[in-house]
Amino acid sequence: MTVESLIALIPALPLAGFLFAVLVGPRIDRMPAHGHDAHGGGHADDHGSHSGHGGESHDTHGEVDDSTFRPIPSEEEQRATSPHAGHADDLANSNGADGVIPADLNDGIGQVGHVVEGGPRPVYRSWWVPTLLVAIGWVFSMVVFANVIFGGHTYHVSLYEWIGSGSFHVQIAFLVDGLTAMLLLVVSTVGLLVHVYSIGYMDGDRGLWRFFAYLNLFMFSMLLLILGDNFLMLYVGWEAVGLCSYLLIGFWYKKPSAAGAAKKAFIVNRVGDFGFGLGIMMIWTLLGTLDFEQVFASIGTLDPTAITVISLLLFAGAVGKSAQFPLHVWLPDAMEGPTPVSALIHAATMVNAGVYMVARANPIFAHSPTAMWVVASIGVFTAIFAAAIALTQNDIKKVLAYSTVSQLAYMFFALGIGAWVAAIFHLVSHGFFKGLLFMGSGSVIHGAAGEQDMRFLGGLRDRMRWTYVTMVVGSLALAGIPIFAGFFSKDEILGEAFGRGYYLFWAVGLVVAFMTAFYTFRMVYMTFHGKWRGPRDAWQHVHESAPAIVTPLVILAVPTILVGLFLGIPPEGGLIHGWLEEVFRGAEELGAGILPGSIAAGGHEGFGLWPGGVLLLAGASVGAAGIWLAYRWYVLDPEAPARFVARIPLGLGPGMYAASVNKYYVDDLYGLVWARGGVVLGNALWWFDAKVIDGAVNGAGWLAQRYGALLRRSQTGHVQNYALGMAAGLVVVLVAFLVFRS
Amino acid sequence: MGLQAYLVVSAMLFGIGMFGFLARRNAILMLISIELMLNAVNLSLVAFNAYAYYAQNDTGAIFSLLVMAVAAAEATVGLALVIAIIRTRQTPEVDEYSDLKE
Repeated sequence: MTVESLIALIPALPLAGFLFAVLVGPRIDRMPAHGHDAHGGGHADDHGSHSGHGGESHDTHGEVDDSTFRPIPSEEEQRATSPHAGHADDLANSNGADGVIPADLNDGIGQVGHVVEGGPRPVYRSWWVPTLLVAIGWVFSMVVFANVIFGGHTYHVSLYEWIGSGSFHVQIAFLVDGLTAMLLLVVSTVGLLVHVYSIGYMDGDRGLWRFFAYLNLFMFSMLLLILGDNFLMLYVGWEAVGLCSYLLIGFWYKKPSAAGAAKKAFIVNRVGDFGFGLGIMMIWTLLGTLDFEQVFASIGTLDPTAITVISLLLFAGAVGKSAQFPLHVWLPDAMEGPTPVSALIHAATMVNAGVYMVARANPIFAHSPTAMWVVASIGVFTAIFAAAIALTQNDIKKVLAYSTVSQLAYMFFALGIGAWVAAIFHLVSHGFFKGLLFMGSGSVIHGAAGEQDMRFLGGLRDRMRWTYVTMVVGSLALAGIPIFAGFFSKDEILGEAFGRGYYLFWAVGLVVAFMTAFYTFRMVYMTFHGKWRGPRDAWQHVHESAPAIVTPLVILAVPTILVGLFLGIPPEGGLIHGWLEEVFRGAEELGAGILPGSIAAGGHEGFGLWPGGVLLLAGASVGAAGIWLAYRWYVLDPEAPARFVARIPLGLGPGMYAASVNKYYVDDLYGLVWARGGVVLGNALWWFDAKVIDGAVNGAGWLAQRYGALLRRSQTGHVQNYALGMAAGLVVVLVAFLVFRS
Repeated sequence: MGLQAYLVVSAMLFGIGMFGFLARRNAILMLISIELMLNAVNLSLVAFNAYAYYAQNDTGAIFSLLVMAVAAAEATVGLALVIAIIRTRQTPEVDEYSDLKE
């Protein structure tokens, strides 16, 4: 088979998997009749109590007051406040132990880690075809990857003309160059591992076939997005991954929080996609084509203002999809979805689509210094903004979610300053280690029977050794410790910023790196170190997750360690630069010279020992400092954070803490402005419709009725009255004739 | 005695007919009043014709013959209807015939 046919097959395979899972899946899975709770006894009750645990730890641990600084409650406190202690029975009853909801209807509820030992096992057959197809797709992807990267080829595969209408032509065609190959590597690898992981994670869920159908549909859409060779195919993939994101966030659709989060993600994305769609339409209007090569070849002929407008519109789409400020609010809420979804879609692949799109459209952006400034500024601001929120979050997945927002912002920061390769490098390494971290957090949640509030975890390293080790590897990468992937890619971004003269951005980036290391290891220490802070009886059931869950973690730890060493040495001259040189050549030549604030006109060629070595050392030391601080505060001296907050001058400490915990009130602001505002506006419009529009319509009818009632009197039924009318008419006509004759 | 005299008689006849139609309550008499008005018109037509006022070739006379034919038909149909109504209503008074109001 030629490489071209392999490329065409890569997206087709998961599409086939999707069809299989949808059409055949529900017929071949078997759930135990009337469920496992019947066998579980008290144990089942215990599990039932976890079903309500979404991301909203505020609800389940409502008594813990978030506004005061109390990251880890004392033992007595948490005994008193933990839902496991007091009203576990109530919760269990409401969720089916007594049959309010049949216990075997575990579909769309979202219990995690609920298969009872010794009970009847569900029989799943629907996962293997989708997973096998994705595995075959992974093999094909690796062949294509090797051909592109090591063979130096660029493939154009044109299947057929999709739209041919006048001068508007769109092909179903694939373009695989270095950039697409890098994305292919991440998407296929993480995608395959998440499939394997889901087999273990979704065990016991009635909707397993549905889950694999959505996963395959997502793989298809994402591959379409990165393989398409024109803006329309990119857009189709873009919207389709958005749909899959919606479906998978709301996978446990009976949880109101999950259903709400799904809607939120979809609606917030619409805002950005609206701009993205407008940008694509503008490209077609001005250039008459959507084909990447033709657009990029002729973009320079346009008016600079037009290019800026196009770039900003496209970037609006990226802001939505990649969860940048001010459209970042959906991503943390998206953690309501099952954790494999968080790992695949909301960390490793879909959220990278914005970065990919900006990188793909680099010839457009490079023509507009204004747009580049906007990209870089949004990136830098979001990076520190999201990192500052991640510092105080207590939900393990929320920490990772804000970390993802922050790291994606790092990539935009790199794109904006023209460090294209560094951005893609960070995308690849982040895709691996953040996928690893999310899957690790899923393993924790699974092993701890649904608990994801870090205040009620702790000491898990004794029970979950594999998860602990792999999570630490991922965390070291995220914290930017040398030899791990994140160190090289993050350092490259910071180095480029410094080398190009963006000293302020560089300084902020360094602060973000410090915060990143701190919150990452805060998470590790709170989860794995110290003592178990959950209810005592729950500790009995804490266990290492199934092999299907742990194996992907171990596999992902390998690229997390190796990607940086392999691609990133020497800094700013590693292998990845050679692979992506072709893609970004035009933009590099054009961009470096014209960017405002840049001192390195004509490109930047890496550093010598000075200042390069010092920059490396600075990057590594802030990471180490963050870890050290987290160790001091969360292992050695748990009272230290509270003392630190108290020491902040002017008494600002508690306020700052509350602001961070409450995500700087952005959600509340949006809720007030958009949600409440929408209701108010809707009410106003409803009033206008009911009173004014309907009033006019009804008024017309009323008027006709009134006149009709008046005229009705003239219908006497007496023929002589009518005759008199005629005679009167005749007289009127005669008089008029005589008067107006002249 | 010129054209005016004929027209005066015609107008008087028409006025009597109209008065009769509006004032009388008996359906038969109302029909007769209609005939009076038609004949008033006929009279004016033949008068105009005799004085060759509008046309040369006896148009007025021929038109009055046409009016007579129409009047005969109208009287026939009208009387038949009135008799039918009188039979069902047992009265010739048109005040009783007000079922078609509203």
